[in-house]
Amino acid sequence: MNGFFDIPSDLQHSYGGLIAVHMQEALFPVLAGLLLALPVGLLCVHYGWLYAPLLWTSTVLYAIPSIAFFVVLIDYTGLTQLTVMIPLCLYSLVVLVPAVVDGIRSVPEETNAAATAMGIGLARRYFQVQLPIAVPAIMAGLRVATASSISLVSVGALIGNQGGLGNLLTTAQLYGRPRLAVTSVVTTAVLAIVIDALLVLLRRVLTPWQPPSGRAAGRSADVAARTPEGVS
Amino acid sequence: MAGIERRLIRLRTLVHVIAPRAGKAVPEGFRRLIAIEDVSKRYADGTVAVDRLSLQIPDRSITVLVGPSGCGKTTTLRMINRMIEPSSGTIRVDGEDVRARPVNTLRRSMGYVIQNAGLFQHRTILDNIATVPRLLGWSRQRARERAAELMERVGLDPAMARRYPYQLSGGQQQRVGVARALAADPPILLMDEPFSAVDPVVRRGLQEELLRIQGELGKAIVFVTHDMDEAITVGDRIAVLRTGGRLAQFAAPDEILSSPADPFVEEFLGSDRGIRGLSFLSTRDLELDRSRVFSVGSDLREISGRAPEGVPVLVTDADGRPLGWADPGSWDGDVEALEPHGPVFEVGRDSLRVALDRAVLSPTGQAVGVDGSGKVLGVAGQETVAAAIRSARRRRAADAPQEAPAVKAGR
Repeated sequence: MNGFFDIPSDLQHSYGGLIAVHMQEALFPVLAGLLLALPVGLLCVHYGWLYAPLLWTSTVLYAIPSIAFFVVLIDYTGLTQLTVMIPLCLYSLVVLVPAVVDGIRSVPEETNAAATAMGIGLARRYFQVQLPIAVPAIMAGLRVATASSISLVSVGALIGNQGGLGNLLTTAQLYGRPRLAVTSVVTTAVLAIVIDALLVLLRRVLTPWQPPSGRAAGRSADVAARTPEGVS
Repeated sequence: MAGIERRLIRLRTLVHVIAPRAGKAVPEGFRRLIAIEDVSKRYADGTVAVDRLSLQIPDRSITVLVGPSGCGKTTTLRMINRMIEPSSGTIRVDGEDVRARPVNTLRRSMGYVIQNAGLFQHRTILDNIATVPRLLGWSRQRARERAAELMERVGLDPAMARRYPYQLSGGQQQRVGVARALAADPPILLMDEPFSAVDPVVRRGLQEELLRIQGELGKAIVFVTHDMDEAITVGDRIAVLRTGGRLAQFAAPDEILSSPADPFVEEFLGSDRGIRGLSFLSTRDLELDRSRVFSVGSDLREISGRAPEGVPVLVTDADGRPLGWADPGSWDGDVEALEPHGPVFEVGRDSLRVALDRAVLSPTGQAVGVDGSGKVLGVAGQETVAAAIRSARRRRAADAPQEAPAVKAGR
């Protein structure tokens, strides 16, 4: 492990600094993607015809390689972190919009009807009923989007040291120091796992109303709920 | 624009309060609360869900809408709180058109219970029940106190307050659903197949609970079901709807059972409406035979002297509780050798349907009638019950113009 944390000075960052840059470039796009996906997902649920073309568009965007995005974006945003983050944000939408839509659609019909019947208006229903119940689905999407974003940031190294830990890969090639590549890959993987664990923890905190053993138990609790009284 | 509208509504409410109510008196002593006047619902594709329906729904009673699927019963219910807008016709609550008030204000003034309860799975039981009071602007503290009070009323353990819906059984969830609907003390309760998704035993318990709560609170309840048995159990009045959304009959349960309006209603009632109608006849006037009841200490010779040979007698313990049947000719006084007497009926409380059922089940053809404390009052054979049925029917026919009995036999 000797030299694992030694970073060539031309990267202009310490090991910790690279991690900070990497996280920033990976997480901001997902956050922006989530903020975009929430209203878009709601619109898709409300106007069903919107969903198919939107999903189609975001899938096509996902198919465009990030290099191609960079070529177009560099003219407008230059060799900056923003150029890396814009495609990452668009990529996250392909996971997050369906997650939000599935989450809102997972609200049982009778729950929606009950909300309407109690005089809960549309906006209030979205924020106080549908969104909270959609949290497990949204968090599942968020985990996928975050993990993929953390790994994709490295591509930013191609447009001049904007790839966070990915920069170590180009440097490793440049100086013939393969150990730097190992540092990059291992650190990226550990980051992805740690963030994922944090997201799982966050989901648990946000959804105390879910059966403790997770999604599988959701179904068995449903079965238990239909059995005679006094079970609880 | 909205301001003007609101002022108009306030004015209308004011007029409503000042206007004399004398013209609205209903002969039965019940106020008409919900008036459905010539209401139809047609969909764009031409389907008619409800066809020119008119119903007067009285206060302080349970009105059941029953019919096969596609008869428009749920549509009718949802038109009352405007979850569905009628194509034509008017619905009035307490004389006021339901369209006069803002829709959410209207809905908050009516409790709504739905199949599978439709609880908010992300909120605790207490907060589920407190939903409408919170919407009405009550403080969290007051809303939760009210919710705790309601948990008790619907028979839920206070320890469940902090639990989430997934931790409750289906029957318990439905109790929460009823408590949630009652939270803001609305005068009207709309129930949309509330007990359809629970098993028969739990359903029976919930129905009895509903009747008990209704006895305490006296709401105007509109209850939708596809189950005629349930309609007869809970309903003070039953509206039978036929496919296509037309009213087939609107009457008290025993009237529907004894004189269905047409072949459709008769078929919908099933093949045993005669037996079911007995639920409405009391065992109060049933003639009970005491000559065949002996307590366990009696002299065996006295028994054989009083009862004819071969006719079984009922042996009771010293307190008068039934032990079993014995043949006086061959019984040697051994309590263990008695033939089990089977289920009994409570005189006055149980209906003739129960008495007849007990007589059919009894090994001797004799139903054992007991009082509230379980002491034997006498026995009644199948013929005796049949005679009681005939005389009750005759009495009923004589009183025909009178309204249905106010209190229905619970069982």
